[in-house]
Amino acid sequence: MKDVRIIEVKRSVFASNEERADLLRQELKKKGIFLLNLMSSPGSGKTTTLVRTIEALKNTCRIGVMEADIDSDVDARTIAEQGVLSIQLHTGGMCHLDAEMTRQGLQELEKENSGQTGPVDLAILENVGNLVCPAEFDTGACKNTMILSVPEGDDKPLKYPLMFSVCDVVLINKIDVLPYFDFDMERCIQNIHKRNPQAKVIPICARTGEGVDDFAAWLTDEMRAWKEEEKSHA
Amino acid sequence: MHELGIVFSIIRDVEEVAKENRIDKVDGVRLRVGEVSTVIPYYLEDCWNWAVDRTDILKGAALHIDTVPAVTFCGGCQKTYPTVTYGKICPHCGSEDTWLQQGDECVIQEIEVSE
Repeated sequence: MKDVRIIEVKRSVFASNEERADLLRQELKKKGIFLLNLMSSPGSGKTTTLVRTIEALKNTCRIGVMEADIDSDVDARTIAEQGVLSIQLHTGGMCHLDAEMTRQGLQELEKENSGQTGPVDLAILENVGNLVCPAEFDTGACKNTMILSVPEGDDKPLKYPLMFSVCDVVLINKIDVLPYFDFDMERCIQNIHKRNPQAKVIPICARTGEGVDDFAAWLTDEMRAWKEEEKSHA
Repeated sequence: MHELGIVFSIIRDVEEVAKENRIDKVDGVRLRVGEVSTVIPYYLEDCWNWAVDRTDILKGAALHIDTVPAVTFCGGCQKTYPTVTYGKICPHCGSEDTWLQQGDECVIQEIEVSE
């Protein structure tokens, strides 16, 4: 009979991803890249919101977008039409991105960007459309944003508490259809703050662009703070 | 598939440990998986069997899973209760001031290597 040797590991799978994510954040800080992780359920308007946000910011900073999808490159094409750097990440059936996959995506983005004068200022990761799994895995992003659209209902913060508790900003999209839905904005904000008192809530309409400037202003402030933090450490 | 990503992550970790210990073949891996870790053992095993055969070190390696029960602690009455049965609200005193004590972990406990 074969003798079996046991090696104790006791390493948390989630903690291991968190270590990789922290490492990635440190590297991003040195390079001066601000990485935003954008999450939501499918059909909430992630890509449309991104297009609007790019319109608002593309003259003041250099943007690169990583589109994560199980398949297809529909979103990457839409973003590329905005004249910004864009790559498609295929997750091969997986429901979320982890820090290692995000790092690989950033490397692809850098390759795509080669020949340019420097790295992008803002990298945006459009995560897989899903309110459960992406919230479980730290991607290494500097900040997390999620989009909740009006037709999804104001009870979603109660049903998907983790997603709302990991987000710095919640965008409430499609406010132009509020009159047609039984969506109570105040109750929704209360539900979000019940799970995450620090979350900043910004109502927007990506279709018309309403409210997007507020989000762009928040992003600009956060990007500046991120770069200044590195300078003060250097 | 949530579990596939977790399996890839476990494989990366085990490969690192194997390298540190100068091992070129791992026969088995033992995990501790919490009841509310969002990891479903049945799916994990499927993904495991598919993924390890595509590696050198872990080809054919067995996966052993020990389940960790989820336990919630109540700040209101200082008692604990089973999370899966009662959820967020304490069955002893009705308080919502409760937090998970254990059961959300997914830990690589040990690896087995034949001598």
